Amino acid sequence: MSATSSEAIADRAMGHPFFVGIDPTLIHAMLVNAEERTYEVGQMIVREGRPAEEFFLVFEGKIALEVGSAGETGITVETIGRGEILGWSWLVSPHRWRFDARATKPTSVIVINAAAARYALAAHPAFGYGFLMKLLPVIAERLENTRVQLLDIHGR
Amino acid sequence: MDADTLHPWGHPRGMGETPPHPYAPRPCVVESRTQETADTVTLRLAGRTNGDRFPFRGGQFNMVYVFGVGESAISISGDPARPEELVHTVRAVGKVTNALAALEPGATVGIRGPYGRGWPLDSARGRDVVIVAGGLGLPPLRPMLYELFRHREAFGRVEIIYGARTPKDLVYYDEVQTWRQRTDLRIQTTVDAAGREWYGDVGVVTTRIPDARFDAPNTSAFVCGPEIMMKLTAQALVQRGVPPEATWLSMERNMKCALGFCGHCQYGPSFVCRDGPVLPYRVLAPLLAVKEV
Repeated sequence: MSATSSEAIADRAMGHPFFVGIDPTLIHAMLVNAEERTYEVGQMIVREGRPAEEFFLVFEGKIALEVGSAGETGITVETIGRGEILGWSWLVSPHRWRFDARATKPTSVIVINAAAARYALAAHPAFGYGFLMKLLPVIAERLENTRVQLLDIHGR
Repeated sequence: MDADTLHPWGHPRGMGETPPHPYAPRPCVVESRTQETADTVTLRLAGRTNGDRFPFRGGQFNMVYVFGVGESAISISGDPARPEELVHTVRAVGKVTNALAALEPGATVGIRGPYGRGWPLDSARGRDVVIVAGGLGLPPLRPMLYELFRHREAFGRVEIIYGARTPKDLVYYDEVQTWRQRTDLRIQTTVDAAGREWYGDVGVVTTRIPDARFDAPNTSAFVCGPEIMMKLTAQALVQRGVPPEATWLSMERNMKCALGFCGHCQYGPSFVCRDGPVLPYRVLAPLLAVKEV
């Protein structure tokens, strides 16, 4: 990857809502080996059980998170779109995806290398704390949404 | 002649005729029946004589009587500009609604109404409008949508958020698709879970509010669905800045007389049949926090 494209990726990444407020030094450290990627409708982005070696900043499109068992088509339990992130399995041992993710619209992402990200967080603990304080509300919001979903609020 | 100058049954007021008994149902004939989902049907009703009219306002309801079975409060879901027909969308969940859902064209039902206060759409003129429907909350909102479409230039941005349990539980599917073609409004549809045939959003309606486009302080919101859905939606709207006095919810209670006498539908200081069913969140917020009400 050329230096120019790395800069372009960094500029784009810093415009993502998830990275707003995070120190640029950490962002640059996390973006080692990052790349831009696009997915067509129906294309799998991650697969359940595989090593979580990446995480994704979503810029365009829509991603369905699916669960299912062998021989069954997946059931979509959540969709993620523009301005959101995909994945925190890369931070949580054993670093394996807990679901499938599939593009349901043409999707544009920046893919961040998980090993580089973990190294950057460990090497810059103060920045790492700031990063986790950005991630925690995302996790909390999705947990709350899941609880509301369990209430079956549309079906009563 | 509009709803103010007509008796609810369509007769001009003050004509000297003996007023009908308030509990006497007016016979209507089922003109058509449309299966919306596995347990939900839409019935189109007409009077038994030509010229019968059923003027109403969006958000009002009728007491629909299946002879020999019983009576149930059902929102009116047709077009207020077409008072010659009554449209009711019914989910078969109890004795009366199961009987209603099983009716075929030609059957006769009894109608009392319309009752209650509807959606105050005029209060939203000049403002952005957000409409949030959950499950079978779309039918009571549809008459107001027809009015809004007819006077579209009077409103700012219009955002519709519609949530259901699964894609198979979405009512008025084809009609919503035609609304989606309009360039002067935006529709977000979401479900709780779906298979791969679904390319829309998955998640509860509240997850779509951050992505909705409206100027919150200058927005009026109209919400209808199960009570827990309305409570969470109103909280999310108010948190985003929509004024509580401009956030309207349609409450559902056990209506019996529908005339404000019997008290079956009492909700705090209000009788839902008479003071509602549409009430502002400013009034409802303290009550929605009390589980015993």
